[in-house]
Amino acid sequence: MKVRVWDAAQLGAVAVAASFLVLPVAALGLTLRWEDLLAGIRHPLLWPALRLSLRTSSTSLVLVVVPGSIVAWWVARHPGRLSRAVETILQLPAVVPPAAAGVGLLLAFGRRGLLGPWLERRGIELPFTTAAVVLAETFVSAPFFLQAATAAFRRIDENLLVVARTLGASPFRTFLELAIPLSAPSLVAGAAMSWARSLGEFGATVLFAGNLTGRTQTLPLAVYTAMESDLRAAQALALIMVTFAFGLLLLLRRMIREAEHA
Amino acid sequence: MPWALVAAVQLTVFAASSLRDAFQELGRQFGQENPAVEVAFNFAGSQELRTQLQQGARADVAAFADQPQFQALVRDGLVGAPAIFARNRLALIVPRGNPAKIRELGDLPLAHRIVVGDPSVPIGSYTLRLLDAASARYGAGFRKKVEDRVASRELNVRQVLAKVRLGEADAAIVYRSDALEAKASVETIPIPAELNPEATYPIAVLRSSAEPRLAEAFVHLVLSDEGRAVLARHGFQ
Repeated sequence: MKVRVWDAAQLGAVAVAASFLVLPVAALGLTLRWEDLLAGIRHPLLWPALRLSLRTSSTSLVLVVVPGSIVAWWVARHPGRLSRAVETILQLPAVVPPAAAGVGLLLAFGRRGLLGPWLERRGIELPFTTAAVVLAETFVSAPFFLQAATAAFRRIDENLLVVARTLGASPFRTFLELAIPLSAPSLVAGAAMSWARSLGEFGATVLFAGNLTGRTQTLPLAVYTAMESDLRAAQALALIMVTFAFGLLLLLRRMIREAEHA
Repeated sequence: MPWALVAAVQLTVFAASSLRDAFQELGRQFGQENPAVEVAFNFAGSQELRTQLQQGARADVAAFADQPQFQALVRDGLVGAPAIFARNRLALIVPRGNPAKIRELGDLPLAHRIVVGDPSVPIGSYTLRLLDAASARYGAGFRKKVEDRVASRELNVRQVLAKVRLGEADAAIVYRSDALEAKASVETIPIPAELNPEATYPIAVLRSSAEPRLAEAFVHLVLSDEGRAVLARHGFQ
């Protein structure tokens, strides 16, 4: 293909992809009147849902990142069939449809679920609680961080680790003070993807945690609930959610760039 | 016949979640009488259906579980005047074995976990009417006591029912027709008739229907004695 034709084809593909991906998001803002947005900000579902979403998604982020880093480190440092099998299992939630995950979570942790009697004897109730929201978000978002962290840990130069060990650093110190800082940009990027996935979680949450304002109704559920009675309110809530997520994306991209240049 | 290369005509019916079983049966019946027609259903909460239709969803027939939602379609000129084809009442249901030992509506606050419909869907607004009427009888705090026990406000009645079938809810308010549908896995606790609001179901052909004559025929079947018998078998009046 001639160079100029190839250039034009690339530009065309970029233009089509970008406009297709941007249009629905832009439509949320372009078709909303100011008074609708104000009504959305004052909507009774918004603030409880926003607070709950922030609380649950940050909790699930901690649950994903802290044990997840250790798991990813083990997988990355243990080449072989077992760790490959573990890696595959850990990726499973990424391909399970969220609605299927919700049914599975109910059948695992519900009253009549596999662990139901065991949990009940200990007085632990999960379905329809805020904890259920956190579990659902953790389940669906974990693979994103694990994948990024495993890949980053694999890229670390083996010689650096050997040098650290010969200089007397314990395996744990090597992990904490060498591997983590070296992989920081990828870890942050993986954490951001995980967080975004948690914030957007809908299917598993609505089935496993239900829909109750202030307790289990996160932002996506609030958008869906508002849609039942009032499209404009749903749109305003959706726009607020997108703006928030976009701000998060910009901030994280900047953090990653700075970390890479440091 | 599945092997025949006849392009089937599709008839799309938007129907309230509570109509699922009765309408599927009517759809099969309609298909037998009109072999070239394939009836496709979209079951959801009436509010969701209303929004979808207002946003331009293509459908031939709309059947809702309450009138205010349907009036919005009439005002927008999407449908003409509807016919009322069924009536329903509410039912208090508990899982088999009745773990919370609920014997009457007044015992509802004994339930540890109650699941109801969101007030934005018909089952939820009928439930609020029931709780308000019940508060007049069982004391002003009744509605509040019940709402304190509400674990989830589901977005259509079949999701409410599912939570009781799974044993996740100790009690729930659904339509009488749903309780009948699930009688193998749930028990029904009687609600005093004078407190129990009546749900009315309107149906009409969409003005934008591509198959208005077929759509009329489907509405006709629903309103016929045959249709009423099917609805009655599924717990509607």
